[in-house]
Amino acid sequence: MTFELVLFYLFGAILLGGALAMISVRNPVHAALFLVLCFVAAAALWLLAEAEFLGIVLVLVYVGAVMVLFLFVVMMLDINLAKLREGFTEYLPVGIVVALAMATVLVLVITRYITMDVPERAGPEYANTEALGAILYTEYVYPFEIAAVILLVAIIAAISLTMRKRPDNKSIDPGKQMAVSREGRVRMVTMASEKKKAPRRGGQGSGADAPGSKDESK
Amino acid sequence: MFDWMMNLFYSLPTVMQILIGIQLIVIPLMLAVAYTTFAERKVIGYAHVRVGPNRVGPRGWLQPIADALKLLTKEVILPTNANRFLFLSAPVLTIAPALAAWAVVPFFEGGALADVNAGLLYLLALTSLGVYGIIIAGWASNSKYALLGSLRSAAQLVSYEIAMGFALVGVLMAAGTLNVGGIIEAQSGSMYHWFLLPLLPMFFVYFISGIAETNRAPFDVAEGESEIVAGFHVEYSGMAFAVFFLAEYANMILISALTAILFLGGWLSPFQGILPAAAFDLPVIGSLLDHGIHWFLFKTAIFLFAFLWFRATFPRYRYDQIMRLGWKVLIPVTIVWLFVEGVLVAFNVGPWFA
Repeated sequence: MTFELVLFYLFGAILLGGALAMISVRNPVHAALFLVLCFVAAAALWLLAEAEFLGIVLVLVYVGAVMVLFLFVVMMLDINLAKLREGFTEYLPVGIVVALAMATVLVLVITRYITMDVPERAGPEYANTEALGAILYTEYVYPFEIAAVILLVAIIAAISLTMRKRPDNKSIDPGKQMAVSREGRVRMVTMASEKKKAPRRGGQGSGADAPGSKDESK
Repeated sequence: MFDWMMNLFYSLPTVMQILIGIQLIVIPLMLAVAYTTFAERKVIGYAHVRVGPNRVGPRGWLQPIADALKLLTKEVILPTNANRFLFLSAPVLTIAPALAAWAVVPFFEGGALADVNAGLLYLLALTSLGVYGIIIAGWASNSKYALLGSLRSAAQLVSYEIAMGFALVGVLMAAGTLNVGGIIEAQSGSMYHWFLLPLLPMFFVYFISGIAETNRAPFDVAEGESEIVAGFHVEYSGMAFAVFFLAEYANMILISALTAILFLGGWLSPFQGILPAAAFDLPVIGSLLDHGIHWFLFKTAIFLFAFLWFRATFPRYRYDQIMRLGWKVLIPVTIVWLFVEGVLVAFNVGPWFA
């Protein structure tokens, strides 16, 4: 067994173990972290298959951005597990049917390639990024562009659905803040100098005669 | 002597060569981190018209060693009901990407530990992983301040990563390669061939996003002393805290080094193509003027100083201002400049896109 094969089985085992742990642990944050582990192991497998672009982009997009937001939400949620488990037996038959259907499809797909020769190594000149780019922007340019436009539509739709003026929103318009000038905020007044009054006995109420309070009257 | 050492080095097994290479990067890096903390205190000290640390050793030079020893001997306190495993693995998850990213950084010509084809992507992926340490630290601490700090930091990092990625796309368009060494080669010629001029907006966006990604002032709301005590690492003490500290400074040095590589030509000499060729043949001065690691270190030091300078100069951003700057200012700037670059590339505007 070559070193690469050892690595392949190692990362494969981590991937499977992480996936099992993800669906079986009780704590949702732990489950999300196990999913991250799965992504990292899958990225390592892709790197072994010389698909370095896919591997690194998996880490960059899914681990570095999507799962961070996922964790963000999961940490904020107050998940009531008892409520989630309600009606488990009620939905169990439907669940079993769906699971069986998916399992059959998966088995049918996988058994076609259950054994496979170790693929030929591409030489050191092979660059996965270039190869993918060359195919993506020539042969598959229309599907690629259409997918990009669909994603853009989804982004705009999501933003327009959540954008609304809330009356209780106290946020400040930064443009207005930037446009503030001294003239708009400070009013210079000229006035005769104040005479210092003798302090009252008892020390009470001296605040009313503080020099600053006189400015308002002029 | 030198040849003899090189021959010995290449006769070792590959694994040994890689391990020695890692040591050669990590040990100087850790020393640089230690003395960056010292430099920070000195620079900010002088910016505040005071002297800074000057008691430990001659002129205070042993201060970082003393700090490290103090942190090493302190107790690591585990908060009650904290998740022990995640709590202790969070600092490791922060520092590991900060160190691993150095693998593709070329210190001199051909002087990278791993000369990866997709080096730029690798850097982007690893700098985006650092956020996990912060999120996990905040969650595993079982403390509301730590959780608030980690949530702030996560949102900030995800937002600025987009601007940073777009800035890197700009570099990649100009260089035509993802290989970090290749990006430096693409800037050779003279000082005016560096990407600083054609990609000036990208340069500013990259460096500003870099400051935000390292959670440094003025973007350090994740720590926000006045609001959330110390943010995500409020529950950490001793060496566990020190590792967070090391990671922050290692990331600072990394961002400075990358800015120097991507926009100022890394180890390229600024005198190339300006001085006559005979100047580089002079005995000692020639090798100083020529390309080499010293130019890379010098350029990195400039940006590292800027980090410290900004901390002493700018007040902290408010959270909504941070989000506005990232999403409404930096990202549109990069998108506009990507269009401009596309036009420049299409019309072969020299000397950069010829």
